[in-house]
Amino acid sequence: MADNPNPDLDVPGIKGPETADPVQKPKKKGFKRRIFLIGSALLVGGGVFGVWWTDSSAKSRAKSLASDEGEHLFNTWVKIAEDDTVTVFSPHIDFGQGSHTALGQMLADELDAAWDKVRIEQAPADLAFANVALGKGFLPSMIGETLAGLLPDAVVGILARSMPLQITGGSSAVRFTGEVGMRNVGAAVRMALIAEAADRLGVPASELTAADSKVTHAATGRSLRYGELAAGAAGRSLSGDPVLKTREQWTLIGKPIARRDIPAKVDGSAVYGIDFALPDMRVATIAAAPVRGGKLEAVDGSPALAVKGVEKVVKLDDAVIVVAKGYWPAAKGLAALSPQFSDGGHSAMSTPAIYAAQDKLRSGGKPDNEGGEGDVDAAFKAGGAKLIKAQYRVPFLHHAMMEPFALTAHFKDGTLTIWGGLQDPLSARAKAAKAAGIDVDKVVFNPMIMGGGFGRRFPDIVQIIDQVAVLAKQVPYPVKLVWSREEELRHGTYRPQSSAALSASLVDGKITGWRTDYVQSGNAEGEVPFIYAIPATSRRHFAYQSNQIDGPWRSVNATQIGFYTESFMDELAAAAGADPYQFRRKHLPEGSRHLAALDMVAKRAGWGTPLPQGTGRGIAIVESFGTIVAEVIEAGVKEDGSPRVLKAFAVVDCGTTVNPLNAEAQIAGGLIMGLSSAIGEQVTLDQGAVVESNFADYPILKLADAPPVVDVHFIESGAKTGGIGEPGLPPASPALANALAAAMGRRIRTLPVLTQAKA
Amino acid sequence: MTIAFSVNGKDVNIAAEADTPLLWVLRDDLGMTGTKFGCGIAACGACSVHVDGALMRSCSVPVSEIAGKAVTTIEGLKRADGTLNRVQQAWIDAQVPQCGYCQSGQIMAAVALIEQVGTPTDAQIDDAMTNICRCGTYPRIRTAILAATQGAGAVALAADQGEA
Repeated sequence: MADNPNPDLDVPGIKGPETADPVQKPKKKGFKRRIFLIGSALLVGGGVFGVWWTDSSAKSRAKSLASDEGEHLFNTWVKIAEDDTVTVFSPHIDFGQGSHTALGQMLADELDAAWDKVRIEQAPADLAFANVALGKGFLPSMIGETLAGLLPDAVVGILARSMPLQITGGSSAVRFTGEVGMRNVGAAVRMALIAEAADRLGVPASELTAADSKVTHAATGRSLRYGELAAGAAGRSLSGDPVLKTREQWTLIGKPIARRDIPAKVDGSAVYGIDFALPDMRVATIAAAPVRGGKLEAVDGSPALAVKGVEKVVKLDDAVIVVAKGYWPAAKGLAALSPQFSDGGHSAMSTPAIYAAQDKLRSGGKPDNEGGEGDVDAAFKAGGAKLIKAQYRVPFLHHAMMEPFALTAHFKDGTLTIWGGLQDPLSARAKAAKAAGIDVDKVVFNPMIMGGGFGRRFPDIVQIIDQVAVLAKQVPYPVKLVWSREEELRHGTYRPQSSAALSASLVDGKITGWRTDYVQSGNAEGEVPFIYAIPATSRRHFAYQSNQIDGPWRSVNATQIGFYTESFMDELAAAAGADPYQFRRKHLPEGSRHLAALDMVAKRAGWGTPLPQGTGRGIAIVESFGTIVAEVIEAGVKEDGSPRVLKAFAVVDCGTTVNPLNAEAQIAGGLIMGLSSAIGEQVTLDQGAVVESNFADYPILKLADAPPVVDVHFIESGAKTGGIGEPGLPPASPALANALAAAMGRRIRTLPVLTQAKA
Repeated sequence: MTIAFSVNGKDVNIAAEADTPLLWVLRDDLGMTGTKFGCGIAACGACSVHVDGALMRSCSVPVSEIAGKAVTTIEGLKRADGTLNRVQQAWIDAQVPQCGYCQSGQIMAAVALIEQVGTPTDAQIDDAMTNICRCGTYPRIRTAILAATQGAGAVALAADQGEA
C-alpha cells in the first residue's frame, strides 16, 4: 500500500474550479481521497485518551456555541442535561447515509445511556469543534491506532496542517469516528459519571453499575441519574484509559434501530439547504461557461432585466448570475440572456478524443505510479502460458444528487453568513472567506440537511461556494443562489472518464501473471486492494487530466477498478473453461474473509441452479473502504436490447454491523446506484462542452428497472470495522456485465451498457 | 395576474405571472418547501403534488392552469387529527428515506396510485412509480406501498419507534 507517497502533496493545493489546469496535468489528484480519510480520523482526537480539553478558550467557545443553562458539555462530542438528555455532536454531516444515528448508537451504548433520552446533532462548523491542537498532539498515536500502514510519511506533515476539517467521506464516520471517537468518549464519560457517583455516595466506584442513564449502588439500592451527576462529572479529569464494552455487552451497537431523521423526511418538514429562506431574501441562478476553462466575454443584461421580478445581473469571471424575487423569474431572466463565453482553448476536447489520448498514453507513455509484486513479464513469457488481453472503458459520471446545489449567503457588517449543505463545513467556511476576501473569523457557516451528495459536496471542488460569496458582497440583501439541474449536470465534478488494458497469463487453468494498465486523473493504488493471490501482479497508473474537474463519486476509484478487475476475471474464467465462481475461488486464499463472502453469496443466489432461457448470473467481489462485498446479479435483456435486472444478492463483511437496518439500505442503495451507472449513465464531451443536460438524456435507473428485492446478508466476522456507505456499489457493474455475458454471450467492455445495446 | 385556488384545503390568492410553475408558487410565494425542485422538466417527480386528486409534476404546470382547483401537497397528507397518512406511516415503518429529498414526491405518487387502484400489484407499482431516487430506495418504496395496502412486508424494527 502507498507505494507512491506523492511527495508533491500539499493539502491546500486542491485547486478550485477557476484554476483547474487543462489537459495532461498528472498527479496531484490521487491524494485527495486519502486526505479525506485522514481528516475524519484525526477529528476523533477531540476528547479521547482521557483528556477533555486542550485549552480554556476552546472550551469556553464550545460551551457558548453548544450548551445552554442546565446543560453540561463534556467535550466537543457530548453534553448531558440535568433532565438526563444526552446530546451527541456528530462531526460528520448526514446526507442520507444514516451515520448520525449509528454514531449516536455507538456513543450511547458505551455510555449506558437510555436511547430514548439521546439526541444527535450536527457539530457546529467552528474550529472549537475540530480540536486542532489535540489532534496535532495525538497524531502519532492516532496513526498507530487507526491508520497503520495507510499513510505515507510525507502525509503526516500535511495532516497537521489539514486539521481544521469536518469532512464526511471515505465511508469513514462509523469506522474511524465511531470506533475510535464515539465509543471511547462514551466510555470515558461513563467513567466520569461513575467516579462522580462514587464520591457522592461515598462508596468505591467498583461497587457501582451504570445502566439506563443511571448509576446504581446495588448493595444499598441507591442510584443517581446522569442528569444529577453531569455537572460534577463534566469537571473531572480522568485517570486511566476508558474501558470499552465487549461485543456481548452491547445493547445498542448491532441493533436495527430506526433512524432519527426519517419522520421529518416523510411529512415535508425537513428543511434542506435549498429550502432555506430569510426575510427580504432574493433568489439567484447562474450559467457558467459551457466549456470548462472558458471565460465570460460579453453579456447584455437588459433582456433579463426586462423580465418581471428580475433585479440584477451580475457578471463573474466565467459566469453570469441573474438575481430576482424568486427562482422562476431568475431562471426566466437567465434564459433570456445570450452570454458569450470563450472556450478556454478546449474546443478539441471530446469523449472520443479523451479515449484516444488515453490509449496513446497507455501504450507509449511511462506510468506515473506502479504497484504489484513479482515478475509479470517473465510470467507472460513462460512456456505453456496462454496470454489473455482485454480493454475496458468507463465514462464520466454525474453525481445526480437530487437536491440541486443551493447556498444562501448574507454579507452584513463585515460578516458573511452562509446556510447550506456541504461535506466539510469547516473547509467550506475557509473557501468562502478566501473567495470573499475576508478573514475566516468573519464567516459563519450553518450546515443544513443535504439531498444527497455522493462525493459532490466536498467544498474544495464546489464552485457555488465561491460564487455565492462573491455575489453576497455585491448585494445588500440575503441571497440564495440555486443551480439548475442543467447547470449541475454540465458543471459537475465527475467520476473520471477512465480506460484500462488488462492482460494475464494462464497456466493449467490458473493465473500466473496479471497486469492492469489504467489511465485516469488520479492514482488508485492503496485505495482499491487487489484481492487475488497471484504470483506476479503489476498495476500501472497513467495520469491523464481533461479539461473537467474529476471528483470523488460514491466509492471513488473502486467503481472503475472493480469493473476492470472483475470483468476480466470472468474473461479469464471463460478462457480457462471454468465456472466464474469456482475460478475466483481458486485464486482466493483458503480461510480468507473474501472466500467466505464469495461462498456465501453463491449459496444465497443459488449459483449453478438452472435459469430461464435468455437470463444469466454474474458474480463479482470487491473490497473497498475496509469492507468486502460480493454480489450476484441475475439479468436478462428486454426486447429493446436494454438490460433487465431480475435479482440481486449482496454479502457484506464490514467486520461489525452497527445498525443492520440502515446498513442494509446503504448496501442495497449502493448496488442500485452501481447498476444505474452501468446501465445508462454517461457524461460526454463535444467541443469541450458537456452534451447531456438533464435527466431526459442522463437516465437514472427507476423503480421498474431496479431489482424488486436486494438480498443483503452480513457476515459478522468481528474484523476491523469497515465502511458501509460506499462498498455496495463497486461490484454491481461487473456483476451486471458478467450476467449479461452469460445471458447473451456478448461481453460488455465499455460502459454504459445502454449505448452498447443500441449501437 | 391574481390566481385563486386552494392548497391543502385553504384558499389562496396569488399575484404571479401566469407562466410561473405551480412548484415555485408553492415554494417561493407560499413558503411550502416540502414539495421539491429536482429537474424542472417533469423528469424526476420530486415536485409531485395532487391537483383535484390527480398526480401532477408541479414544476411543469403553469399556475394559471390551477385557477379554481384544489392542490394537495406533502404537507397536506396528514389526517385532521395530525396523525400521519397510512402511506407516510408505512414509509417510516419500512425506513424508506435515505437523503429523503425525493420522498415527498414518491409519497405523493404512491398515495395517488393507492387512491386510484386500491391495492396495487407489483406491475402497477412498476408502472406508476416513475420518480427518481438517487439513493436507490426503490425496494423499500415497494415494500412500504405493499405494507400500506396489504398490511404486510414492513421491515421489522427492534426498538425506538415512536418513543420519547
